[in-house]
Parts: sequence; C-alpha cells; structure tokens
Amino acid sequence: MDIFLQQLANGLTIGSMFALVALGYTMVYGVMRLINFAHGDMVAASAFVGLTIYTQVMGQATSLGAVIVIFLLTAAVMACIGILLERLAYRPLREAPRLSAVVSALGASLVIQNGIMLIWGPRMRIFPELVPQVYWDLGGVVISLIQVIILALSLVLMIALYLFVEKTRMGAAIRASSIDQDAARLMGINVNSVIALIFIIGSSLGAVGGLFIGLYYRGITFNMGWQYGLYAFIAAILGGIGNIPGAMLGGMLLGLFNAFIAGYVSSTWADAFTFILLILILIVRPTGILGERVAEKV
Amino acid sequence: MKNEVLFEIKDLEVSYGSIAALKGISLDVHKGEIVAILGANGAGKTTTMRTISQLLKAKSGSIRFKEHELTQLPAHKIVGLGISHSPEGRRVFGVLTVEENLMLGAFSQKSMDREILDWVFQLFPRLKERRKQLAGTLSGGEQQMLAIGRALMSKPEMLLLDEPSLGIAPILVKAIFKQISEIAKSGVTVLLVEQNAKAALKLADRGYVLDVGKIALSGTSAELLASEKVQEAYLGKKH
Repeated sequence: MDIFLQQLANGLTIGSMFALVALGYTMVYGVMRLINFAHGDMVAASAFVGLTIYTQVMGQATSLGAVIVIFLLTAAVMACIGILLERLAYRPLREAPRLSAVVSALGASLVIQNGIMLIWGPRMRIFPELVPQVYWDLGGVVISLIQVIILALSLVLMIALYLFVEKTRMGAAIRASSIDQDAARLMGINVNSVIALIFIIGSSLGAVGGLFIGLYYRGITFNMGWQYGLYAFIAAILGGIGNIPGAMLGGMLLGLFNAFIAGYVSSTWADAFTFILLILILIVRPTGILGERVAEKV
Repeated sequence: MKNEVLFEIKDLEVSYGSIAALKGISLDVHKGEIVAILGANGAGKTTTMRTISQLLKAKSGSIRFKEHELTQLPAHKIVGLGISHSPEGRRVFGVLTVEENLMLGAFSQKSMDREILDWVFQLFPRLKERRKQLAGTLSGGEQQMLAIGRALMSKPEMLLLDEPSLGIAPILVKAIFKQISEIAKSGVTVLLVEQNAKAALKLADRGYVLDVGKIALSGTSAELLASEKVQEAYLGKKH
C-alpha cells in the first residue's frame, strides 16, 4: 500500500508536468493540424533560460518573490520565442502541403536544441534549488514541498486555461478556429491572432513545465526536450490530440502509468511500457480517450 | 431606395493556380434588392462569394461595398463592414451548440444583441427549440437555418447566401426561401447564389447568369425567367 500511495504522489507530480507540456502540443494541433515538434525543445530551453535569469538577473535570490519573478520572466521570454517560432517556421508554410510544415517543425527542433548547446554547452547543468528541501513523512509516504507546488500550480493553470477557453470571447475564437478556420474568418475572427495567442499560451505553459522539470529532476541537458516532449506528445494522443481537457487527463494518466510501472515493475522498463501503451492506444482508440467529438452529419 | 448602388464588382478575375475561375465579371447590387447569381456547377458562383469575403484573393478587378474597397482587406475585416456570408455547405461549428454558433455569429459586435437573437429565433423557431443541441446533430435544413441565423447575428447590411437549397428537403427549401424574403423585407440586401434557378428567380428582383467564369446573361427576374437560354439551360424546358 505504501508503494501504491508513494507512486500515486510521484505519478501525479510527473503527470502534471506532462500535462502542462502536452497542452502546448494539443492546442497547436487543434488549430493548425500541426505537430509542433519543436515544443519539447522549447520546454528544455525554458529550464536554461530560467537558470540564466536566476544567476544573471536575479543575483541568485531564492525568496518567494524572486522565484515568482523567475517564473514570470521565463514564461515571457519563451512566449516571445514561441511567437518568433510561429512567424519564422510555420506561418510561411501555412498554405504549403502539411509534410513541409512537419519537416520545418523537425528543423526548428534541431535549431533550438543546438542553440541551447551553443549557448549553455553540451554538459549537464544543475538547476538551482529555488524551493527549500522540505519533506513530509505521511506514514511511510514521503511527499516533498516541490511536489505539492508542482501539482497545485499545474492544477491552477489548467483550470484557468479551461475557463479561458470555455468562457471568454477569445476562448470562443480559439474553439471556432480549431473547428473551421474559414468559417471563423467569416465571423470576424482574426485567425492569425488566434494562432499567435496559442503559441503564447502553449510556450508559457511549456516554460512552467520546463522549470518544474529543472526543479524536480535538478539535472538539465540541452537534448532533454526530446524525451520530455515525446512523453507529453504521447500524453496528448492518449487524451485525444486537439482536445484540451484530454491533454490534462492524458498527462495525469501517463504520469501515473509511468510511476506505477517504475514502482511495481522496473524503472528501466518504464519507457518501453509507455511506448507499448502508445501503440495500444493507436490500435484500440486512435482518437484518444476524449477524442474529438464526432457529431458531423453530412 | 432601390436605385442606390450598395455593392459593385468590376472586372473581377480570380484564378486557382493557372486555372482561371472568374474571367472578368462585373455586377452590382442596389440597396434593398435581392440579386441572384445563377449558373451550373463550376461556373464560378462560390468563387465569387468567397472572393467577396476575401477567403480568396482576386487576381485583378475591384469589389466595392459602400465606400470600402474589399480586395485589399483581410477576410476577418469584412463582416465588420456589414457583409455577412452564409457559406456553401453551411459550415456550422458542428461540435458547438446552436446557441454557441449564434454567439460566434455576433463575434464582430461588441456584445450580442438580444433583439437580433430573438428575431433569428422568430424566423427559425426550430433553432430556439434546439438551442442546446450540437449543431452537427441538426438535419441539413436546420443547419442551413443556423448558417443563415448565424450570419444575421452580425447585423449585416448585405447578406451573402451561397446555395441555401443545396441538399435540403424540398419542403424546408420552401420554408427557408420564405424566410429569406422576410429578411429582405426587413431591409437587408441579399446576394444569393443558387443552382435552383426557378426558386431563386421567384425570390429575386434581378439575376446574373454565370457561365464558366463569365456573365452570360443578366436582367430582371422576369426577363431571365422568360429567356429561352435560361429556360433551356436551367429550367429543363426545350424549345
């Protein structure tokens, strides 16, 4: 039972990180039908940007205020890079065959990954201890302050995003654009602005995810975006790509799945089982758990 | 007030790659009129509508609405000027409810006008009954009502209707055409594209006949109905 509860806590923590990153994939896919392969590397870049902001801008301060500023600045920087990415790598290919955009996404991924290596070097860097090492022993289950923060902040961000998309005017514009871009234009919706907004939201959430990865795992490498990106991508497919609550659910489930495999089977096998899970989803339910509601009468 | 030119297309050329779809068409619409554009499949009717809304860009020529030249504007700016487009194939947002579709129709407005919503529900009571239902689960005719209702939500001066009768049960076509004439009576100018020439000319004041990207004929509805060419080509009568 202890293993179960411990892995439940661990699973929810990594699941929230997967979910935050998965939202970036799913929102871009929802509107553009494009897998933004550069998103994982954007997440990796966020950890390094956060590291530099901590050392260069904040003078290694770790007060609560300083940590909040680090998060906000990192999200802002990554949002700008996200807009730039869309302008340079995707917008010129908007009318091109879809394969061209996929190739461009892979290229952007390599550019960002190598960019991180050129700026911060190829060796693993240690992410600063922004959150004090506080642990609670709850009858055999150990939970850290960092886990609580990751889970709580992720939930707050996800609920805020959900409300934004479901209840606001811009949210309605996002939903309309993801269903039918031309029809959305006829309503007066500026689809270019919607796409820019999606990159801003996706990159900011990814930035928070990247900082969490740094805080939780401590060691950050220039090529880690590939691994975390892939996990988040699987989470997005698991929940139903293009579906926002789906990405949240998929992330959490994948985190739990991973933690339980690591807890009950072996952590070396966690990756293999994750990919087996992906294959099974694609065979049994290609549209994912919440998949796109199909209600169209022709 | 039917002699004030509200809308005018001049020498409009549009092509898809190297294939010319419109080879220099000109037409005008006066305030308060219902004008029909007729023609066979592939004549360029939908291309004309999509170019007016700037979903397609013209190769040359001009499209004027009041004092605005439309060809230089992005598509999302058009509805705000007072031209609303109910597109071919309806294009309702299938996974959203009827009500959400109508709210999106009012996106170009600062806020949704309850009176317009009530008017749309009065024109098409079915929509009111089904307002919580997903648009994709409506019948074809109901989706058409929704597409027209959604277009009305932006309080247009001119309404573009692309094939409102396409794939719809005849009894509903009749009902929808009746409501189109109601809409026109309320002061909205209507530009209508139809393959169903008879129904369209009954409704319209004037019409243009498009034939492979060119205007082949134009005139009042009575003239067109009487024209042998129209009768032969679109009304199935042999002389």
